[in-house]
Amino acid sequence: MSAVVTATSGSQWLWYVSRGSGLILLALFSVVVVLGIATRTGSAPRTWHRFTVAELHRTLSLFAMALLTLHVVTAIADPYVSIGWWATIIPFVSHYKAAALGLGTLAVDFGAAVILTSLFRHRLGFKAWRAVHWLAYLAWPVAFVHSLRAGNDLGIAWVYAVEWGSAALVATAVVARVLHATRPPDPGERRDLVSPAIPARVRSGW
Amino acid sequence: MKTRVRIRVDPIACDGRGLCAELLPELISLDDWGYPIIRDVDVPPELVREALEVVRLCPKLALRLEAVRQS
Amino acid sequence: MTSGLQSLDRDNFAAVSQPEAPAGLPRLLGGLLAGPTSLSEHIVRYGQLPSLGSDRSPSLALIELVDRSGLRGRGGASFPTALKLAAVAGQQGSAIVVGNGTEGEPASSKDKVLLARSPHLVLDGAVVAARAVGAAEAIIVCHPAVRELVDLAIRERRKAEIDSVRLRAVDAAERFVAGEASAVVHWLERGIPTPARTPPRLAERGLHGRPTLVQNVETLAHLALIARYGASWYREVGTDSEPGSMLVTLLGAVQRPGVYEVAIGTCVSDVLGEGGGVLGKPQALLLGGYFGSWVSYDEAVERPFSHTGLAQLGAGPGAGLLAVLPSDACGLVETARVARYLASESAGQCGPCIFGLPALAGELESLASGRPFDRARLERWLGQVDGRGACRHPDGVVRMVRSALVVFRAELERHGRGRCCAPRTTEILPVPGAVR
Repeated sequence: MSAVVTATSGSQWLWYVSRGSGLILLALFSVVVVLGIATRTGSAPRTWHRFTVAELHRTLSLFAMALLTLHVVTAIADPYVSIGWWATIIPFVSHYKAAALGLGTLAVDFGAAVILTSLFRHRLGFKAWRAVHWLAYLAWPVAFVHSLRAGNDLGIAWVYAVEWGSAALVATAVVARVLHATRPPDPGERRDLVSPAIPARVRSGW
Repeated sequence: MKTRVRIRVDPIACDGRGLCAELLPELISLDDWGYPIIRDVDVPPELVREALEVVRLCPKLALRLEAVRQS
Repeated sequence: MTSGLQSLDRDNFAAVSQPEAPAGLPRLLGGLLAGPTSLSEHIVRYGQLPSLGSDRSPSLALIELVDRSGLRGRGGASFPTALKLAAVAGQQGSAIVVGNGTEGEPASSKDKVLLARSPHLVLDGAVVAARAVGAAEAIIVCHPAVRELVDLAIRERRKAEIDSVRLRAVDAAERFVAGEASAVVHWLERGIPTPARTPPRLAERGLHGRPTLVQNVETLAHLALIARYGASWYREVGTDSEPGSMLVTLLGAVQRPGVYEVAIGTCVSDVLGEGGGVLGKPQALLLGGYFGSWVSYDEAVERPFSHTGLAQLGAGPGAGLLAVLPSDACGLVETARVARYLASESAGQCGPCIFGLPALAGELESLASGRPFDRARLERWLGQVDGRGACRHPDGVVRMVRSALVVFRAELERHGRGRCCAPRTTEILPVPGAVR
């Protein structure tokens, strides 16, 4: 859309930032999902306070949204490939790699829904908030496949490592989540959760 | 004129996650099963910020601040 | 008391040819030996319900009448009925009346007996209550065992076209907490009898968001009689602060366990006398229900069976249960069994109840069987469970257990040394589904 004809180096800059931010985003998004699962399963605070995990999940997800904006804008603004601004919210309308980018758009749509409902969850109420939050489990694999198909860098070893490392991390966390949900109920279990291994939060600076 | 508030928990929504007791141990402790026991006292002014945090952070949205009726 | 045509007085709405108002007792359980009263028998005995008009707006005059009578709820909470009626009457929207005959308390039978023998009294009362609050509809929630009888009574009335209020009966859920007012509403709405913390109050937003009056079926029966015979008549039995009669369930070491009607404030020994008196020398009574309190027999036997009479003993008439514990039974064993039952009957919504009640039951079972038990931990748990649920279920358990620890302290001592004096092996208090 932009009629800017940049020097080759300028155009390449956009391309690198777009792909680079995409890779970082995948890793970041994976950490956010793992932290979300850790918040939910609420394991005993042997190293971290529960509220730390919860807040980190929240903070990183907001940061990821900011990074996502950069990723999307640089991808669209890049004159090397023609994507079109509508592709930011409507999936599968891009001229370039419609399927692969469409998945990215889908992930953005899901992510936006999750973030917006989370920001307003006190107004929405718990049930509505949680119903939308399940989309996060859908957003991750969609984003993952997008990252495999949209970029051309899989040949590079460390890209490969980030991709599949993220996948392994999320897969482990999801298995833990499923095990947590299907564990047999045991009234005795709760008593173990109550011994805080660390002293109460330090008030200053928080 | 300040409104006096107290922290109230919805026992049905509460899941005993325990974030509240970590953040506000002066007013919230946990029973033997991890569920919050909240002191039925006005939130002192120096803890109001923490009280608001605790309400915001509860993963089940089970906490609220209730204005105390002046008699 | 005149017979035949009654003079118009402030307490009646229309001069109708009525039979005499019952003098003394029985009132609710008329001298019926067996079987339910048919509509015609009911009218012969009590007369017709006075014409209350078919105006859809609430009737202040009726509410004032109930207020003058001093009628209080018979579901266990003893809330002044007039206040409840006024609360619902004052709301916008189409009100609805729910007659609560769930009787989740396994030891109590009064509501079932009342519905089985005098269903028309309850239905009359539902109509009166509906008229008072401006409702056009009343639902009677009753135990499945008596459902058919209630349905039959409703059909009789429909054929005779005597009601301007729509009546229907629904099976109650057979759970302990199902009798709680908000649990009944949830049961009707979505088939799950879970109690909930109120706000919003049922009077404002209850069944399907409508202003809802939930009233125990015995209370409705009294209403039916107050509408006929007036407030002064109602106050002829009972005490000044607690007028009227009530139904009680006697069980345990009495000659004839069952449901009886007594004037409120009757001496406990006379109440037990209705059932032929006690067997042997009992050690204790459980009063009110499984949410009530244990009291020592000697301390309670001469006290009036009323709130004021029993308050000093830390007990109350509750839902009218008097369970008599014979000397050869063990109060701690009974308490442990009931506690275990009540733990399994938790609605399962709140952590302290889900985890605390089984923990308490476990500790009481250790105590009951003479195994080592931790008294301090028991006390701590009682404190942590009390008042921390969305309903009064855990509170009731705590009250009952605390009273047991006081009344049976001698037993406690013996059990602490690994001994028990009770030779009895069969249980006194009924616990559904328990493994013997």
